[in-house]
Amino acid sequence: MTHIVVDPVTRIEGHLRIEAEVDGGSVREAWSSSTMFRGIELILKGRDPRDAWAFTQRICGVCTTVHAIASIRAVEDAIGAVPPPNARLLRNLIIASQCVQDHVVHFYHLHALDWVDIVSALKADPAKTAALAQSISDWPLSSPTYFAAVQNKVKAFVERGQLGPFAGAYWGHPAYKLPPEANLMAVAHYLEALDWQREVIKMHAILGGKNPHLQGFLVGGAATPLDPDKQAAINAGSIAQMRGLIAKARDFVARVYIPDLLAVASFYKDWAGHGAGVGNYLVYGEYPEDDAAQPKLFLPAGVIRNKDLSKVEPFDAQKITEFIKHSWYDYGEGDDKGLHPAEGETKPNYTGPEPPYERLATDGKYSWLKSPRYDGLPMEVGPLSRMLVAYGSGHARVKELVGTVLAKLAVGPEALFSTLGRVAARGIETLVLAERMEGWLDELAANMASHDLRIHDNSKWDPASWPKDCTGAGFHEAPRGALGHWVHIKDGAIQNYQCVVPSTWNAGPRDPSGQRGPYEEALVGTPIANAEQPLEILRTVHSFDPCLACGVHVVDAKGGEIVRVKVS
Amino acid sequence: MGESSNWFTRELAARGVSRRDFMGFCSGMAAVLALPKTAAARIAAELQRTEKPILVWLEFQDCCGNTESFLRASRPTAAEVVLDTLSVDYHETIMAAAGHQAEALLRKTVQEKPGGYLAVVEGSIPTGANGAYCTIGGRSALQIAREVCGGAAATIAMGTCATFGGLPAAAPNPTGALGVADAVPGVKNLVNLSACPANVENLTALIVYFLTFKHWPPLDAWRRPLFAYGKAIHDNCERRAHFDAGQYVEAWGDEGHRTGYCLYKMGCKGPVTFQNCPNVRWNEGTNWPIGCGHPCIGCAEPDFWDKMTPFYAHLPSVPGFGVASSVDKVGVWATAGVGAAFAAHGFMSLAKRWRAAEHHPAAREKAEEAERRARDEDKGGQR
Repeated sequence: MTHIVVDPVTRIEGHLRIEAEVDGGSVREAWSSSTMFRGIELILKGRDPRDAWAFTQRICGVCTTVHAIASIRAVEDAIGAVPPPNARLLRNLIIASQCVQDHVVHFYHLHALDWVDIVSALKADPAKTAALAQSISDWPLSSPTYFAAVQNKVKAFVERGQLGPFAGAYWGHPAYKLPPEANLMAVAHYLEALDWQREVIKMHAILGGKNPHLQGFLVGGAATPLDPDKQAAINAGSIAQMRGLIAKARDFVARVYIPDLLAVASFYKDWAGHGAGVGNYLVYGEYPEDDAAQPKLFLPAGVIRNKDLSKVEPFDAQKITEFIKHSWYDYGEGDDKGLHPAEGETKPNYTGPEPPYERLATDGKYSWLKSPRYDGLPMEVGPLSRMLVAYGSGHARVKELVGTVLAKLAVGPEALFSTLGRVAARGIETLVLAERMEGWLDELAANMASHDLRIHDNSKWDPASWPKDCTGAGFHEAPRGALGHWVHIKDGAIQNYQCVVPSTWNAGPRDPSGQRGPYEEALVGTPIANAEQPLEILRTVHSFDPCLACGVHVVDAKGGEIVRVKVS
Repeated sequence: MGESSNWFTRELAARGVSRRDFMGFCSGMAAVLALPKTAAARIAAELQRTEKPILVWLEFQDCCGNTESFLRASRPTAAEVVLDTLSVDYHETIMAAAGHQAEALLRKTVQEKPGGYLAVVEGSIPTGANGAYCTIGGRSALQIAREVCGGAAATIAMGTCATFGGLPAAAPNPTGALGVADAVPGVKNLVNLSACPANVENLTALIVYFLTFKHWPPLDAWRRPLFAYGKAIHDNCERRAHFDAGQYVEAWGDEGHRTGYCLYKMGCKGPVTFQNCPNVRWNEGTNWPIGCGHPCIGCAEPDFWDKMTPFYAHLPSVPGFGVASSVDKVGVWATAGVGAAFAAHGFMSLAKRWRAAEHHPAAREKAEEAERRARDEDKGGQR
């Protein structure tokens, strides 16, 4: 039995540590630990709820929109603000462009190097690489000259002897299976995607002033004015600019990302048999298509248990509880009770080893993440969950694309419940969203044409218009999965605030009954060729797209009054 | 130089950048930094050195927003060359290596190149719970920062968390979070790039400046380069004329909002925030926060999460056209607090001014000027 520690898990957002027991060439046990904590919910207490989105937005600068969206929804739910249809469309565009950009960056810049061996790309024949690229896509950058230039660039880089961010990796590991030509093609697209992401995210600059941390959010609507006749508003010019960016996004996804994904996956079909995880999937749903109190959602909400796609249960927020048996927090009534987020209580209490340390005491408390459970069960959240729930709910385009991908890879639907399934689902979702965005832009333009320029519910801006004591919940599908914020507002100030976020669901530790979290469960059984170079652990963990800063949170101990330092 | 020029010309060509474009970029950089014309040649020569200077990028209590900002580096192909000119030997979010192999790379740099690398810090450093609020490879952020920044030729604190403590340090600062200057006192050649996140254009300009001239540009009282933090947003704002004319947004989506009137009454903190947002803008000049219709939240200033909030309460008064009497009374309770906060800010900067000036005598005059301006703001705040 060998004990492996991977810390830091790199190419993620935040600080994640994996400890694992390896025996007989595979993982026998695994523990997932978040090693960073900030206490943002504590900081929110006593503040103006209209400011909360900016605070929670800074939970994460990668998925830089998601906590802002969940926060404004929670506060609107509490105070009764009703954003106008244009705000819904602006938000849908912001959310979808975040998801599309983020998924592509994840595939090429955070995940690809687990499957692509850059060093092997040096041995590729550029002409054969061109032939490969042209056989899978009509993307124009595919000539032998182009790939030779990319290869020369990599050669020049390597010859200079300073490998920078590419040093010390697992190059040459036996688990790398791509031929040199596929590696070279992927390296070229790694570089292209770097330019692409910078370009398409200008959507956020148009709609929110800048990215990261766009600033166009408002409780009750949006801060971005609409007016076809004004220079300082979203006008015909901005609509045209966004149309161009959406086309650029869709083009790259359809002609580069999806073909690459299928090409790479075809060499790694064995990974359809690894990394299944807990087999339960939770989705809150996203992209309201109308302005009803319970709108129709483009990607539906639902719960799937035990990989049974024939039964998609409705989502019930009351079934969420959080446990702290293995987390560095205390509960008033002890470590075994689970609490609903609306009544969440937390008191950070670090009981781990003093740094610097070698090992965590994994039989006790070992993470800054809590363990959220749905109806007592661990749940996977994220693109795979969304695509499975959409598939099970009969979403036509998702069904079609899932069918196409399975057919191209010549695998059955059971292949979806795996590390490879997660990678494929993320790609399918990216395409579905990239295709849908222009429709929302068209609706926005049509509203502007009919002189509906409303962006905000002004009736609830003044705190005097709010109930004295109110609570609200805001649900959102972040790129990494189901995100919920809960807020309690009293006399115009935040009394209590709680976030239960995607990486808490996925990366959380064991619960009091010993059920592993989704990362932990997915790692058990993962083959390990070389314990010194646990590439396979990275593959499965990265397939979830970890976002650890998001995962960690705290609310104050119940009834414990926090005295804020008042500047006076 | 012949060898390296060949290499460099090849590299430029591979990136589709002509020699002429590259020199144009260098002139542009010189212009951003307000340097004499001859500086462009010096910048170009420095960028072609054979050995790439080493940079290590540390992430502590961060959200990765400054890394994302870094990935949006604009002035596309030429800026890419600039970034490639560095050897980024450690950066958790982008590096291929993981676990102990990653930590070995950092150790190697620190041990083998003492005083020979640049450090960038993103995120605050917690001092509570013996450092357990942020550990990497089992070591606390504080232990890592002391060692890595302690041995660096220079350290850049990127973003408001690394600079001033930022969001984790907002009241009640549950983890005892600090910025680099306070967590690692006495760290050599520290430059702060505040803002949430910091604009990558300023990072690029700063690195080019340092590599070329081997010292930092003149800094303000908060150790921020004057080329980026020397003027208030209000003074460069495209909506300034509306402020002067007394034309304000009164409600979200109203005629004034659509026309681009001043956001002062909606809470804009542009008058008390020093940053070049209106000039450099964001995402290759696409837009900036005020440009999208939302007030500035003051993210480049110390303690902005406490001192600039509530974000939608307007500042008490701003020197200029005597608008104080004409604005409504919303947020009167808050304005008293904000005024006092700026008074404190003024006092602090007075205390720190001499430290900065001592370090960079050239900065003295500009620092004094900034100080005078800050004092004027304070008086405005107390009126």
